[in-house]
Amino acid sequence: MRVKQISVFLENKAGRLWELTETLREKELNIRALSLADTSDFGILRMIVNRPEEAFDALKEKGFAAAVTEVLAVEVPDRPGGLAGVLKALNDDGVNVEYMYAFVEKKAGNAAVVIRVEEVERSVSVLAAAGVTILPADEVYNL
Amino acid sequence: MIWNQEIECMDPRELGKLQLVRLQKLVDYLGERSSFYRGKFTAGKISGDAIKNLSDLKKLPFTRKTDLRDSYPFGMFCVDLKDVREIHASSGTTGNPTVVAYTGNDIKLWSEVMARCLTIAGAGPEDIVQNAYGYGLFTGGLGVHYGALELGAAVVPMSSGGTKRQLKLMHDFRTTVITCTPSYSLFMAEEAREMGIDPLKSPIRIGVLGAEPWTEGLRREIEAAWNMTALDIYGLSEIIGPGVAQECPEKNGLHIFSDVFLPEVIDPATGEDCPEGDDGELVITTLTKEAIPLLRYRTGDIVSITYQTCECGRTLPRISKVKGRTDDMLIIRGINVFPSQIEAVLLEVEGAQPHYQLVVERVKGLDTLEVQVEVDENVFSDEIRRLQDLRHRIKKEIESVLSLVVEVKLVEPKTIERSMGKAKRVIDRRRG
Repeated sequence: MRVKQISVFLENKAGRLWELTETLREKELNIRALSLADTSDFGILRMIVNRPEEAFDALKEKGFAAAVTEVLAVEVPDRPGGLAGVLKALNDDGVNVEYMYAFVEKKAGNAAVVIRVEEVERSVSVLAAAGVTILPADEVYNL
Repeated sequence: MIWNQEIECMDPRELGKLQLVRLQKLVDYLGERSSFYRGKFTAGKISGDAIKNLSDLKKLPFTRKTDLRDSYPFGMFCVDLKDVREIHASSGTTGNPTVVAYTGNDIKLWSEVMARCLTIAGAGPEDIVQNAYGYGLFTGGLGVHYGALELGAAVVPMSSGGTKRQLKLMHDFRTTVITCTPSYSLFMAEEAREMGIDPLKSPIRIGVLGAEPWTEGLRREIEAAWNMTALDIYGLSEIIGPGVAQECPEKNGLHIFSDVFLPEVIDPATGEDCPEGDDGELVITTLTKEAIPLLRYRTGDIVSITYQTCECGRTLPRISKVKGRTDDMLIIRGINVFPSQIEAVLLEVEGAQPHYQLVVERVKGLDTLEVQVEVDENVFSDEIRRLQDLRHRIKKEIESVLSLVVEVKLVEPKTIERSMGKAKRVIDRRRG
């Protein structure tokens, strides 16, 4: 159920983002989903790649401050109100979503989103009860 | 146990009287015997009579390390060579070596203050002291040696290095007191474990550790590794060697032997006295030395001082651990800033040895200080909010310590320039 996400600390300076992607290219790692959160002087790049452990090691070796975080990937019906439905289930149960972002690829007509919550365990049961499909890690890495 | 109850627990007013008499005698002695000080005295019309009370100390000139270098080799001597018993010299990597010399009485003084140190740390005649400070021109080895002899302990003159042999003898002799640098004591614990000796089972109970700056964090590590009390000792060759000040098991500052080493803590920029408890440069006047007595010697070490009586009963003033060096001092908007103060904050907030750099600039005539801190795995968080909290906390803590507004910037690991494996701590881009 849990998907390993790689987060990387990035200073806001020219070329860093490129160096990071270059590192992934060298290892032939494929980015499945990504989001960049930034403040005035630093940012955090979060991404799902096909081989997270390998990506983490490669980035560390290149001197990036990286971390592995566990997130959930859920299927969202690709129609108006699809995401709202998923979030309603979490909201009704008082689960706080820290951040979320979408996958590039779709799966059988449905969109997929990454959701980061504090209480992973509880979220899984809340979502399951609401009939939301949570994507297994293996499937996510190869989306 | 107190080695010299009369002195170490003396009523501060009585101590003041003793210091005054000694200072007057010293000024007369130097006027008679020191060509270096005589020149300065004549210019300032100074003699022992001019010293009416201890605050007249301020009329006396400072002595700096360069004065000692410039008078190489024997220019500072106040006695004939026939009365000199021992001569040491620094390595002199940055110029002429600094020469220090001892008469017979100076050696007695050294033995006395070092015996006080070992006693303050809790050692006694029944102890086996393994002395792993270097013997030779470095004053650490012989200073501790003389003190252990005076104390009546059995001293093992190991000197530094040869760790496996150190550990074997320590184990077989059932050594109870170790004297060495703090980093070496920790290294020895690791080596011991590799050799199959459990340092926790060793009878070592006291470490008298010095000759390099160390933190409370390192103390905790050393104490846990050896199951011993690790205490700080302070000294410098120019004053006598080890034996200037010693921490007691209260771990609340180092007792400085002000009956013979009169301390001042001053603002290094202005030369004015710092208020009690504030950080400043330690300045020492050697009151009773014969071969090379020094007036108001600028140690370059940053400490604070307190005159409150210690829980251990000693009335001698206490200095803090050395917090930095004046050589590293920056003056930013008129405020003295030591990189070590910032390092201490980072150590506290991050809980690990920080990599940081201070960038000082002058923007429209106003000095600015930016503290760049590397974000490593220990502190990196996936959440922006946590990183911003961290930055905010570091900023607030530094500002409260320095009383100066600073900017804190989080930077990527390994972005701070390192030369010879050591980070360059300060970049000062101000001109003029």
